[in-house]
Amino acid sequence: MPNKDTYQISFAILIAILFFCFFINISLGSVSIPFKDIFNSLIGNATEQETWQHIIRNYRLPKAITAIIVGSGLGVSGLLMQTLFRNPLAGPFVLGISSGASLGVALIILGSSIFGGILGLLFISKWGIVIAASLGSFLVLLAVLAVSLKLRDTMAILIIGLMFASITAAIVSVLSYFGSAEQLQQYIFWGFGSLGNLSWEDVIVLFTIYTIGILLAISATKSLNTLLLGENYSTSLGLNIKKSRFIIIISTSLLAGTITAFTGPIAFIGLAIPHITRQVFNTSNHKILLPAVFLLGAIVMLVCDSISQLPNSDYTLPINAITSLVGAPVVIWLLVKKRKMIF
Amino acid sequence: MARKNQNIILKTKDLTIGYATKKLKTIVASDINIELKQGELVGLIGANGIGKSTLLRTLTNVQNPLEGDIFINNTALKKYAPTDLAKVMSLVLTEPVASKNLSVFELVALGRQPYTNWFGKLSKTDLDIAHSALEQTNILELKDKKCFELSDGQLQKVMIARALAQDTDLIILDEPTTHLDMYHKAYILKLLQKLAKETGKTILFSSHEIDLAIQLCDTLIVMTDTKVVSDTPCNLISKGTFETLFPKDLIAFDEKTGSFRVKK
Repeated sequence: MPNKDTYQISFAILIAILFFCFFINISLGSVSIPFKDIFNSLIGNATEQETWQHIIRNYRLPKAITAIIVGSGLGVSGLLMQTLFRNPLAGPFVLGISSGASLGVALIILGSSIFGGILGLLFISKWGIVIAASLGSFLVLLAVLAVSLKLRDTMAILIIGLMFASITAAIVSVLSYFGSAEQLQQYIFWGFGSLGNLSWEDVIVLFTIYTIGILLAISATKSLNTLLLGENYSTSLGLNIKKSRFIIIISTSLLAGTITAFTGPIAFIGLAIPHITRQVFNTSNHKILLPAVFLLGAIVMLVCDSISQLPNSDYTLPINAITSLVGAPVVIWLLVKKRKMIF
Repeated sequence: MARKNQNIILKTKDLTIGYATKKLKTIVASDINIELKQGELVGLIGANGIGKSTLLRTLTNVQNPLEGDIFINNTALKKYAPTDLAKVMSLVLTEPVASKNLSVFELVALGRQPYTNWFGKLSKTDLDIAHSALEQTNILELKDKKCFELSDGQLQKVMIARALAQDTDLIILDEPTTHLDMYHKAYILKLLQKLAKETGKTILFSSHEIDLAIQLCDTLIVMTDTKVVSDTPCNLISKGTFETLFPKDLIAFDEKTGSFRVKK
């Protein structure tokens, strides 16, 4: 069994990899910038060309920070859901939480013409989208939870999640029928997912809400460990199930909702990262898993973003496609190789 | 506290159990007056569907009694805060634990949750208690195994160790011997007997192993269609309580061997 020391070594390695990936991520892009100048601009020194500094400080740096927030946030929210629903297949996507966020955003972007004029314009601000996405994901999560209380069958919960995704898709297509071409385009681009569209102000807003979500997740560590025994055992251990469940759900919907709002739906990170982490660390203890999922999620997201940039070319692939291409095989591999996905 | 009450851990007074909806009350059993003393091994027996689970669910505060009161350590069950109740009563349920990826030690250490801080940090004392719970249940060598690697019998010992680690006056087990072979049925019940004696904890379990329960328990609670009786196994045999346990067409109780025989 790995003891404390080996965990510490693993964490040290992960942190080193994270810094490395962070630096690589910043160094790569459509404009090739020498390493020396990247380093200089990061520590505040002047670079050879003024534009390089601008590119790094106002484009690549917020994007890299967003990648870290998105990877760690979605990973943690996936972990929380897998434990709460006692289901290894749970994740923001499978349970329809991302669909909920999409629905919220669709209502704002596409529905603004229906709601009309000034009201619509008011809603369409960045904050409006954030709030709508968070609300959407929160409501879907509540609905899934309500169903999960009635049906103990975990397969049923997953099917419910898929149904919510279908309903969302249906409503979105109805809305898009009425929406203008411009609005539709805006929504579709949002749906591709992108880490690069965030200004510093956006990053700060995202970071603030994300921090609240992460802090709530940390505060739930003990309950999460207790919940590994199942709800009846947890009750017999004096755990206030309702309160813990509430905290976990708020944390998840804040994380998944806001991240989806700012970057668009990003698939498979929430599902795959917790599983990879369990394989690497061979434990279910959330005191280890939480920070490990955090680091691994950030690393994987930085790598995916670096790939999607297609270094030294002018093309950028949709980040959602990259995470799916990376994440889906991992999930299949886990199912085939390990036979069962334990959590 | 009166001296004579001091060692009564669990007591029910005119308890009626069952299910209540707005319109309908379904009474499962009534006039239940039982007293469980410190360090006793108590078996709860009765036919399928007679209400053993309902009684256990009521005693463990999962469902409310229709009438009457339950006292644990002379305090009404309803007055316990959840964390305080977790310090006087621990459970071993029939359901499997949700995560099979826990190691045995981690699972047993989770029994210390009511005593740890907000982060669930295990102190030296917590670790020691978890360790000795493993020793008492003879599973120290399984410490680092994952739960999915264990047999049913081993897993049941782990669950008992977890309840021990919770360090409560009362341990309640719901059918701890189901799914086990004959040897392990006897092993588990014998282990419970040893634990009750050595640790002074009161252990209540429901079971269908009537002959084993007669041999090992200090007290038996027998649920029949008409009443709930609690007494020592010997007294129950001489009172003929076991004859009333089942319909008489197939099996009969043999007083000499203390077991049921199929009618020829």
